[in-house]
Amino acid sequence: MKIPLSYVARNLWVRKLTTALTAGGMALVVFVFAAVLMLDAGLKATLVSTGSVDNVVVIRQGSQTEVQSGILRDQAALVETVPEVARGPDGRALVSKEVVVLNSLPKIDQPTKRSNVVVRGVPEMGIALRPQARIVQGRMFRAGSSEIVVGASVARGFAGVELGQQLSFAGRAWTVVGVFDAGKSGFDSEIWGDVDQMMQAFRRSGYSSVIARLATPDSFEPMKARLDEDPRLKVSIKRETKFYEDQSAGLSTFITLLGMALSVIFSLGAMIGATITMYSAVATRTGEIGTLRALGFRRRAILAAFLGESLLLALVGGLAGLAAASSLTAITVSTTNFQSFSELAFSFTLTPRIVAQALAFALLMGFVGGFLPAIKASRMKIVDALRAD
Amino acid sequence: MFFFKLVARNVFRARLRSTLTIVGLVIAVLAFGLLQTVVRAWYAGSDAASATRLIARNAISLTFSMPVYYREKIRAVPGVTGVSVSNWFGGVYKEPKNFFAQFAVDAPTYFPMYPEYVFDPDEYAAFLRDRRGAVVGRQLADLYGFKVGDTIPLKSSIYPGNWEFTVRAIYDAKDETTITRQMYFHFDYLNEQIRKVFPRRSDQAGVFIVSIADSSASADIARAIDAEFKNSLAETLTETEKAFTLAFVAMIETIIVAIEGVSYVVILIIMAVAANTMAMTARERLSEYATMKALGFPPRTVALLILAEAMLLAVVGGAIGMLLTPPVVQVFHAATISVFAKMPLVPQTFYLQAACALVVGLVAGVVPAVRASRIRIVEGLRHVA
Repeated sequence: MKIPLSYVARNLWVRKLTTALTAGGMALVVFVFAAVLMLDAGLKATLVSTGSVDNVVVIRQGSQTEVQSGILRDQAALVETVPEVARGPDGRALVSKEVVVLNSLPKIDQPTKRSNVVVRGVPEMGIALRPQARIVQGRMFRAGSSEIVVGASVARGFAGVELGQQLSFAGRAWTVVGVFDAGKSGFDSEIWGDVDQMMQAFRRSGYSSVIARLATPDSFEPMKARLDEDPRLKVSIKRETKFYEDQSAGLSTFITLLGMALSVIFSLGAMIGATITMYSAVATRTGEIGTLRALGFRRRAILAAFLGESLLLALVGGLAGLAAASSLTAITVSTTNFQSFSELAFSFTLTPRIVAQALAFALLMGFVGGFLPAIKASRMKIVDALRAD
Repeated sequence: MFFFKLVARNVFRARLRSTLTIVGLVIAVLAFGLLQTVVRAWYAGSDAASATRLIARNAISLTFSMPVYYREKIRAVPGVTGVSVSNWFGGVYKEPKNFFAQFAVDAPTYFPMYPEYVFDPDEYAAFLRDRRGAVVGRQLADLYGFKVGDTIPLKSSIYPGNWEFTVRAIYDAKDETTITRQMYFHFDYLNEQIRKVFPRRSDQAGVFIVSIADSSASADIARAIDAEFKNSLAETLTETEKAFTLAFVAMIETIIVAIEGVSYVVILIIMAVAANTMAMTARERLSEYATMKALGFPPRTVALLILAEAMLLAVVGGAIGMLLTPPVVQVFHAATISVFAKMPLVPQTFYLQAACALVVGLVAGVVPAVRASRIRIVEGLRHVA
């Protein structure tokens, strides 16, 4: 026969302070655990929404980022002629030849601190290839002018980029004429302007990268093969989604490793807390255990009851920790992605998978913490236990 | 005397519980110390920076270069005693995970500015003679087993092609803060090679290192240098070497702040555990405390008894944790040697650890202490734990 769950729950309710403190410790661990997973999920979500599977990024062989890359004009023209590239109704190739540079701008909260922002020179086609970017304030820059539009995260995080203000770099003053929202993608952390104007200003003779829309989703392999074969081109080609995923692999690994290491160390503390609580619960209820056994409850039932109590304790802690962590979703984190050497904003994202993982982690702590005390309780001899009081 | 004996005896009455609490405290204090040290480690580069060196870079960002002739103009700025050139090479040794810094520098002007790098004079002379020669720091040499005479193949993400350099010298650190994790080779060699392939990209300097005689004049000299190139194609931004290195740390400050914040979370966790231990202990002994009061001990003694017990737990746990910190940091550093060049344990870390342990003891003990001292004798005697 099983010991009813209400008995287990009431035992926790009676010792409110102890329950609160033990569950509180576990809640903090779950909070850290969930926060790290949410951060990593947010980073991945940002980069997944940045790329489109139908687009490819072409950069110079050997370079890892657009900033390091250089594509000569005639090379870029060659990419345009490839049959695997989609064409618009007017017959023009859906290709965007872009120039990408980094500009260090002062942060809005600490003007003495600067961080690198991606400045991207795009032709009209470049805007068409990224339908997720929508102007939310002002208007789009005019081709052939020294106008720029800033991403939503740049507008929030950096000083001097409000509508109508001017940024001076490369010997020119660039007027901010609009703010665009790219649906929480990496483009939100960029500044866009006219590609020809930027090339002139930065005195660049070549492009940084070429973005192309594939004619059909499975044109990627043939296009890659064609570009690899062409001796005039020394380029590497990636699907846009893969390109952005690779850009953040280092940051993602760093966050995950750090978070998991912390969670494991911290959980030791919380498990010790659970063990102490459960041992004391067993010790103070020795007589009770004897009575239950005398009433005919089996050792297994006692074991289950105490383990259940520990698991319930952990569940309470886990839910509290998750509730606290879910409040983080309102926060946007902005940091330098060292792979691209530029600022990237992303937010904590709570997914059903993380909820499950966090609760499983909490229950694991409860199980490990409660296991030895529950064994001790189940092993008690009836006579000894009844005599204890 | 009697008082302390009682406290000590009390601590070890529930041996398992006290042991577990102490173990928890040790883990928490240790984890806290480790995290604080990791946070410090990010700043190791700026600790090694000198106040008499300035760095001038392109004002747009570090990814832009400047014409190398700026060197002569900077040298003419009053207060400047020397100028050298340094280019970030961004090379990959075999695999991307083997990350270390390589710089192309104008060696004859560069190394005199860095007296903290100690060379063997013969090796150094051999390096100056070999156009494709390179020097590596002791730490770096140990990490990858580089020896004098070895060839280091590099693929650069910035400068196309495969590059090979011959190790001609290994330099040592002059003192504790010096980081010897870099590789240097000749700027002239890089420049010649680039001129062959990309004439437009030759004669470009990544940064200028500027030495000055009077560190207190650094701000004025930096302004004077930047004024020199105002409204030119490549405007400069000059700052002290320390500010320059700190700017790198500032870029990932969000993450560092998070690590630091999280290091206090572990203290909170253990505070909850310790408070729970003391609350349970005090609850079990309520009848004892009532007896003591009935015998005529003032409430203060009872309260102090509990508080002292909590403090004793905290002191023992904290002390063990602090003692274990140096070896654990050493092991951790050995495991992350490719990420952190230095992992200095500073006295502040130990002060913080001690303070945290004491706060944990105090917070854990104070509520049960007050409660026990307020207990009414009759109730306490009747109390069944």
